[in-house]
Parts: sequence; structure tokens; C-alpha cells
Amino acid sequence: MRGVRGRSVRTRAAVGVVAALLLAVSACGGGGGAAPGGGEVAEVGPDGVDDGATLTLWARDSLETQTNLLVDAYNATHQNKIEVTIVPNDDYVTKVGAAAGAGGLPDLFAADIVYVPNWAEQGLFQDLTANIDRLPFKDTLNEGHMSAGTLEGSSYVLPFVLDLSMLFWNKDLFREAGLDPEKAPATLEEFAAAAKAVQALGKPDTYGTATGLNCGGCLVFTWFPSVWAAGEQVMNPEGTESLLASSTATRVYDTWRDLWASGAVLPSSQDEAGPTWTAGFTSGQVGLMPYPATLLASAQETVDVGVAGIPGPGGGASTFVGGDGIGVSKDSTKAAQAWNFLAWLMTEDAQVEVLAKNNDVVSRSDLAANAYASADPRLVTINEVAAEGVTPVARNFQQAFNAPTGPWLTLVREAVLGPGTAVEQNNAEITAVLGQ
Amino acid sequence: MSVVVPTRPRATRSAPPAVPRRNGRRAALSGWLYATPTAVFVVALFVVPLGLVLVMSAARWPLLSGFRGWNFPDNYAKAVGNRFFVDSIVFTLKYTVLATVLLIGLGLGLALLVQESTRWKGLLRTAILVPSALGLASASLLFYVLYSPLAGPLSPLMADLGATFLGTPNAALWSTLFLIVWRYAGFYMLLMLVGLQGIPTEVYEAARMDGASRLQLFRHITLPLLRPTLALTTVLCVTGSLLAFEQFYILTKGGPDNSTISVVQLVYTVAFQGQNDLGVAAALSVLVLGVLVLVNVLQLRAFRRPDEGP
Repeated sequence: MRGVRGRSVRTRAAVGVVAALLLAVSACGGGGGAAPGGGEVAEVGPDGVDDGATLTLWARDSLETQTNLLVDAYNATHQNKIEVTIVPNDDYVTKVGAAAGAGGLPDLFAADIVYVPNWAEQGLFQDLTANIDRLPFKDTLNEGHMSAGTLEGSSYVLPFVLDLSMLFWNKDLFREAGLDPEKAPATLEEFAAAAKAVQALGKPDTYGTATGLNCGGCLVFTWFPSVWAAGEQVMNPEGTESLLASSTATRVYDTWRDLWASGAVLPSSQDEAGPTWTAGFTSGQVGLMPYPATLLASAQETVDVGVAGIPGPGGGASTFVGGDGIGVSKDSTKAAQAWNFLAWLMTEDAQVEVLAKNNDVVSRSDLAANAYASADPRLVTINEVAAEGVTPVARNFQQAFNAPTGPWLTLVREAVLGPGTAVEQNNAEITAVLGQ
Repeated sequence: MSVVVPTRPRATRSAPPAVPRRNGRRAALSGWLYATPTAVFVVALFVVPLGLVLVMSAARWPLLSGFRGWNFPDNYAKAVGNRFFVDSIVFTLKYTVLATVLLIGLGLGLALLVQESTRWKGLLRTAILVPSALGLASASLLFYVLYSPLAGPLSPLMADLGATFLGTPNAALWSTLFLIVWRYAGFYMLLMLVGLQGIPTEVYEAARMDGASRLQLFRHITLPLLRPTLALTTVLCVTGSLLAFEQFYILTKGGPDNSTISVVQLVYTVAFQGQNDLGVAAALSVLVLGVLVLVNVLQLRAFRRPDEGP
């Protein structure tokens, strides 16, 4: 008797476990499988709804300053209230992924623009096409961001904050090294010469340049522009084939290889995985380096900064139009209120009075020549270069370029620190990942 | 280095006590009631997640969109075919052997030392044990700063030597091992101390009277009688090392040049850094789980006393 009863209870328990499992599976599947909505947002007026709702917003810590400034300005002038969660850069994908699977995404969330094509395809954002089409200044919105956020004719994101990579130089160190502190190096070769000149000062703890040789994202952001400046591409238009073994790209690696060998690169650059890659310049230890333009405001607190586009081999200038796009998440039930924030974000109030005032680049080209920008010639430069910048689009961008174990990092490290003979082979490896 | 001790249902085959049936039924019911809280926890926190991982490993399950149909055994093929699969296993094994030898050796050595010394006993014990109070992630962050060639207090030293703590594969491995020894030596010392104190002094006295030397005492009394403790510590250490993640995630991020990717880090990378494929990550996890169960069974069997039987 005992044995039989025991077995039946066990069977029941097993059935329970299986049921719980199925429930968990179907819950996850259901949450993730929801098709991106869009009807609700489109039905409300062009400005959305401002009825005192509480909205949640996630952004990564690289854009913490801008996020807080924007949200504070919005909260001060609107009934709706936005609660911000800032997530460390490295944990952002993990957090969004977990929330997406569990149906717990916030109303609004920003995404690194290079991840947007993939995330939009996975259905994390609601379709905003109808609303965006109604914006009178639609054609002035940053082209790189808009095309990254457009999938098969539908638009999912608007530019949140643009982050451009620009060449920053320390004017004091330039002066000491006998270089013209008001004139930017016009070519990658001049860039290298300037770095070596600063290094030749022989000042303790002072180096010509710096980079993050163990940080795929930093290298993409700062080295791709040199290729674009020379009029070439890093990938095919579909983002499925890597062109990073071209002679131009090789010249970029060789320039850095030479700089590294001559000791003109901050030594910690070799292991720099990202967290402190900009610290050397801010503390006045670095002569010149490609740098995120969003940090201009904080860098100029300690350093007299000069700003220019990133030069390529033989000349030209370009920039990586990075930063974050922002959209309404698939899980938001307050899409109309969330659109109210997005519509406000694109107005002159937000673009000029918040972003431009903080020395940031505006997302609308018709506002590029604003009062704050024209007061500072560096901002004019940034805005001008922004128009020539590129936002690379590829579905597997993160895996190929940003991942710490990605093939791009292998290519750069081999080309700059290693023997430098396997560029072709490593480039093929990138293509293999992009094409998956 | 957290260890989930698998709870094994005890298969008692003892004859039911000769009591009236109603009593027996009531006893059984109360037995089930007593067992319910544990059972609920085991099911909710162990069986269900484990089941979910098994399901994931047999399904197409992208991080951002969830369940997308079955595809067994594709995930396992992809997991084994990952370009870092073999490297990460080799590295994890290397790390496990080094960490286990260092920690068990040092733990035992420190325990003997602390036990022998009388004057500084309290201070020594505290000093060695204090790092254990720090979480592994916090300890890793602390060492990240210590090892940083830019912000760390040791950066002048590194500049003089022309080398960095995390710059080469070997340096990164040993720097991480140093962190682990610093963090866990005290913990293993404590376990060893408890084991040492469980050995009756009479045995030592008797052996001494028979004229045994110090080395003989250690080899023929301490080591055999410490067997259960050694078994426990090796199982803990091997399991923990095979599951190493935080220290590498924070200190090296698998670098330099992908030389320090542990198996769990590979799982994390596949799940969250690029491929974003929970299915393949789950398949890797299942493989790791299988290996762990096997290793633990073998270890426990190897440490079993000969007279204990099967």
C-alpha cells in the first residue's frame, strides 16, 4: 500500500513540476512573441498625451549626464513624470535581454545605435512610423540614427543623444611641444607626428596618445572614422562582409603599430578594456586622441581642448555617429504618454536649451547653427563633421565588434601588438561572424 | 564560489513499524507536511530552473525574443563547435588544478601553523580570515584597481618593470590566482582547522609515546584522520574553480587575447555578449552540469574510506 501511495504522490509531484515548467515556458514565449504594436501610438495627436502618467526610462551610464538633464527638463514642464534607471554600460544588454524575455521592459529605453537594427528586428520597439512621419522637421533628423532605426520601411527609434568621435588635443601640451595649438593635424600621418612630438617632451607620466586596445567598442568608435575619412568603407552596405583588410585600414593599423612601438601610446592602453580609456586625457597626461564628443563638457574642466574631425591616411575627416536611439518598448502600456516625451525630445526646447546648452550635438540639422553652438567654434566643428559622419549598420555588430571575445579585437591586437601578419585571416573571421 | 549541494532523496527501505493503519497514515501525512517546505524550495529554486535550462538547451531561444520552437540537438552541436569551446575547457582545467593545489596546500599549511602557534593565534586567525568577509566581486574590483596600470597604487612599480599584472596570458592567470588565494585561503584554513580539532589528542599522544616523528605523525595520523575534511574542501574547491566567473569577468574579461576565458564566462558571453543565444548557452550549462556531477561523484568515491563499502 505504502509503496503504491508513494508512487502516486510522486507522479502527482512530477505532473506539477511539468505543469509549472510549461507555464514558465509559455509565459516567456508569450512575452517575447508579442508582435510590435503601434496602433495605439498612432491614434493620439502629434504630441501624444500629457496626463500625469509615470513613465520609466532606461539608459546606459555613458549618457548619464545627458539623460538626467533631459529628463529633469521634461519633468519640470510636463504633467507626466519620468523615472530614470541608469545601467552600467557592460550590463545593459544583459538587463534589456532579461527584461525583454520576461515582458518587463520599461516604457522608454535607449539603445546603443549599433544594436538598434538587431533589437528592432527582434521586436523590442513599437512601430513609430505614423508619428514620426507627422513631424514637420522629419527630414532634418540625423540620417545615420534614423536609418539604423528603420526596418523594412518602418521606423522604431528617434535619436536620443548623439555621441560623435572627434579628435581632441591638449592645447597646452601642443604649445610645449612646439606645435600650433590652434591647428588640428590634417592627416593621420600628422596625427602620429604630433603624438611623437608630445612624447618627445619627455615629461613624466605624459604620453603622445592613448586608446583602448582591449576594448572593441572604443576601437570601432575611434578607428573606423580614419577609414571613412579616406573615402572607404568598413563593411559592405548590408553589413554582412568586413572590408577591414583594405590597404587604407592596414595603414591605420600600421600607424598605431608604429606609435605603440615608439612608446608614444599610454602604456595602460594595451590592457584597457573600456572603463578608463578616456581618463588619461582628462587628467592632462595625453597629447591628443580620438575622443567621445559627449565628454567635451567634462574634459574642458581640466584641459584646454581643441576639437577636430578624425583624420584618415592622407587627409580627410570623419566621425562615428554613435550614441543612443530611443524608442517605446513593446511592453509599454503608456505608448501615448511615452510619445509625448519623444515628441518633446525633438523640439527646439530640448535640442537647443538642454543638449546644445550642455555642449552636445543636436539631432536636428536645422538647429545645428544655434546660439550655443555659434558661441563655441569647437561645437560648430562638431556639428559640421556630424553631417559627414557614418553610423555603421549590421545585424551582428555586437558579436563581431563589441564583444570582448569578438574577432575585431583579435584583428587589432594582432595587427598592432602582434606580428601583424594575420589581418586577412582575421578579417575573414569578422565576415564569418557578420554573415551568420 | 558558491556550491549547490544536491539534495538526494533518502531511500529508506526499513520495514514499516507495526502500528495500526490509521496511525500509519497519519504519520505519513505529517511526514509529508514536514517535508513540504523543503520540497517546495527544492522544486521552486532548483528543479524548475534546472528544467527550464534543459528546455532552453533543446530549443531555439534568442535572448531578446524567447522560445522559438524546438531544435534539439543543434544547440549542443553549436556549443561544442564554438571557437572558444576547447580553449575555455583547457584553461578552466588548468586554473582548477592550480587553484586547488594552492588553496588546499595553503589552507592546510596555515591551519597547522595557526594551530601550533599559541601567542598570535587570535590575531593570525583573524588576519587570514578577514578577506573571506569580502564578496568575490568586491574583491575582484579591489584588485582591478590595484592591478590597474593607470589608476593603481602599484602603477609606478609596473612602469619600472615595464610589465603589467594583466598584460600577458600568464601574468593574468597568476594575478587572478593571487586574488583567489588572498580571498579564499582563510576560508579553507578555517575548514582545515575544524578538521584538525576533530582529531582526538589521545591518538597523537599514543603515537608520540611509540616514538613517532613529526613527519610520521602528519603522514600516518593527521592526513588519514583529516580525510573527510580533505574530501569536503577538494570538492568545494574543484567545483568552485570549475565554475569560476566573477574574477575573470571583472579582472580580465577573458583577455588578453582571449587567453583567460573560463567555461562559465563562455556561457555568459554566448548568452549576453554578442550571440545572445540562450539556447546554446543553456546547452553549454547542461554540459558543465553533467561534468560537475561526474567529477563530484568520482571525488567523493575516491575519498571514501575503504571500510565504508559501496
